[in-house]
Amino acid sequence: MVVKKAKIDIQDLNVWFGSKHVIKNISMGIKPKAVTAVMGPSGCGKTTLIRAINRLNELIRGSKTTGEIYIDKEAIYSKDTDVFDLRRRVGMVFQKPNPFPKSIYDNIAFGPKLHKMVDEEDLDTIVERSLKGGALWDEVKNRLNDNAFSLSGGQQQRLCIARALAVEPDIILMDEPCSALDPASTSKIETLIRELGEKYTVIIVTHNLQQAARVSDLTAFMYVGELVEYDSTKRLFEKPESELAEEYITGKFG
Amino acid sequence: MVKHKSIRKEIWRKIKGDIVLVLCLAGIIITLVSLAALLFDAIQQGLPWLDIQFLTSFASRRPEQAGILVALFGSVWVVGLTAFISFPLGVGAALYLEEYAPQNRFTSFIQLNIANLAGVPSIVYGILGLGLFVEALALGRSILAGALTLSLLILPVIIIVSREAIRSVPAADREGAYALGATHWQVARKIVLPQALPGMLTGTILALSRAIGEAAPMIAIAALVYVPFTPTGPLDRFTVMPIQIYNWVNQPQSEFRGLAAAGILVLLAVLLAMNSIAIYIRNRYQMRGR
Repeated sequence: MVVKKAKIDIQDLNVWFGSKHVIKNISMGIKPKAVTAVMGPSGCGKTTLIRAINRLNELIRGSKTTGEIYIDKEAIYSKDTDVFDLRRRVGMVFQKPNPFPKSIYDNIAFGPKLHKMVDEEDLDTIVERSLKGGALWDEVKNRLNDNAFSLSGGQQQRLCIARALAVEPDIILMDEPCSALDPASTSKIETLIRELGEKYTVIIVTHNLQQAARVSDLTAFMYVGELVEYDSTKRLFEKPESELAEEYITGKFG
Repeated sequence: MVKHKSIRKEIWRKIKGDIVLVLCLAGIIITLVSLAALLFDAIQQGLPWLDIQFLTSFASRRPEQAGILVALFGSVWVVGLTAFISFPLGVGAALYLEEYAPQNRFTSFIQLNIANLAGVPSIVYGILGLGLFVEALALGRSILAGALTLSLLILPVIIIVSREAIRSVPAADREGAYALGATHWQVARKIVLPQALPGMLTGTILALSRAIGEAAPMIAIAALVYVPFTPTGPLDRFTVMPIQIYNWVNQPQSEFRGLAAAGILVLLAVLLAMNSIAIYIRNRYQMRGR
C-alpha cells in the first residue's frame, strides 16, 4: 500500500544483529496523525522495526542498519542527524512500564530538563499538561512527589506515556504497551492511544489481533523480518490478500 | 525385596542430609565461639584500661599514663584521606570500564588485572608505597603517603564493587532515558550514578574498614616510632591504631597487654561504627528504590 504524504518514509530498511538478518528490505510509509499497528508472530522483527525509527537499535553491540528512513523528508541515518534531538521528536513507550526510581513529578520533568526546554516556573505547566495528555492527571495531581513505583502497573505505563509527551514529540512508538497489564488498564490505555492518534503519529507493535483491530487505522503484518501485507486495518482484517496474513488473522498460527 | 531396597535408600538420603546439616552447624559454631572467645578476652583484659585517660593520652613508657589518642587521630586522618582519594578514582574507573571502554582484549586484560590486584598481599603495597610515595615522590613518612598507599590497596575492591553496582542498574531505565534523547553522559550521570551510588558507598566503606585495620603496609610507611603529637595536616608524621597495638603487644611489662586489648576494643568500636554507617546508607537508599 502506498501512503501519500507520509510522515515517516522507510526505504529499503535492513537490520542485522551480528549475522542475524532481522529486518529484510522493508519499505513503507507511515500516515501522519493516525495509529499504525505492526503485528506478527513473536520474533518477526516488529520491535526492531520501530526501534529503527528512533535509532535505538544502535545501543546494541553488533547491530548494523542499511537503507534510510525519512521523517518529514529528512534522512535520519545521515551523518548530520542529531540522534538526541531525533529521539526527542520520536517518543517511545516500552513493553514493561519503566518509570525511573524518582517522584512522579521528576519522571515527567526528566526529559524537558535534559533538553533545557524550560526554566523552572514553566516546569509545573509542562508536568500538568503531560500528565493530562497521559490521562493520569486526575489520579495523581495531589501526590506528584510520591515515588513513581507507588503507582499501579497501568498507571505506571500512562506515566511513561506522559513522560514521552513531555518533550513534545510528534511521533510516538509503542512496543506492546499493554502486554504486562490487566484488561481494565489495557482498555484505558487503548482509549488513550486512540486519542493520541488524533494529534500524533502513533505506531504500535502488538501481537494482540483484537487490539490492532480496536486501536489502529492502518495495519502492517510482518513475518520473519519481511513486510507481508500493509493496508487499512479494516481491509486487512476483512479481506487479507496474502495467505499468511489470513492464516494469522484466523488464528491458524501465531 | 525392591521395596526394602528403596526404604534403605530413603534412610541413606536422610542420613546424608543430616551429616551436611551437622557440618554446617559445626562451621558456624566454631566461627562464633572463636569470635566470642576473642571478644571476651579483649574485653576482660582491656576494659579495666579503657577510660577517658586512655582515650586522651599520648603513648608512654609508663603503662598507667599511656593512651591511644595519637594513633586514633592518625587512623582517622589516614582513613579519611584514603576515602577522599580512593572513592572518586574507583568510581571513575568503574564508570569508564562499564560505560565507555570498548569491549576488546585490552579491556578484559585490564579487568583481569584489577581482579588480581585485589588479591595482592598488603605488605607488597606497603613496600611499593615506601619506594614510590615516601622516597621517589619525597612525601616522607607522612599521612599523605600512608593514605595514598592504602588507596592503592583498596582501589581494586572499590572498582569491582562499583562495577557490580553499575551493572545492577536495570537496562530498561537506561533505554528509557536514551529514548527521551539523553546523551551517553546524561544517562551515566542522571540514571546510572544515582542508582549505583548506595552500592558504591557501601562497598567503599567496607573496603575502608579493612584499610583501618591494616598494620603491615602502615609499618612500612610510618615505621615503628614514637610520635609525640597529634597530626594537624596531611604532611605530618603519624602512627595508626594497629601499629600502636602491635607496639604494646611487644612490650615486656604485662600491663601493656591490657593496653593492647583496650586498643583493640577502640579499633573494633571504630570498625563497628563504620559498618553501621554502611548498613544505614544501604537501607536508606533501598527504601527509595523498587
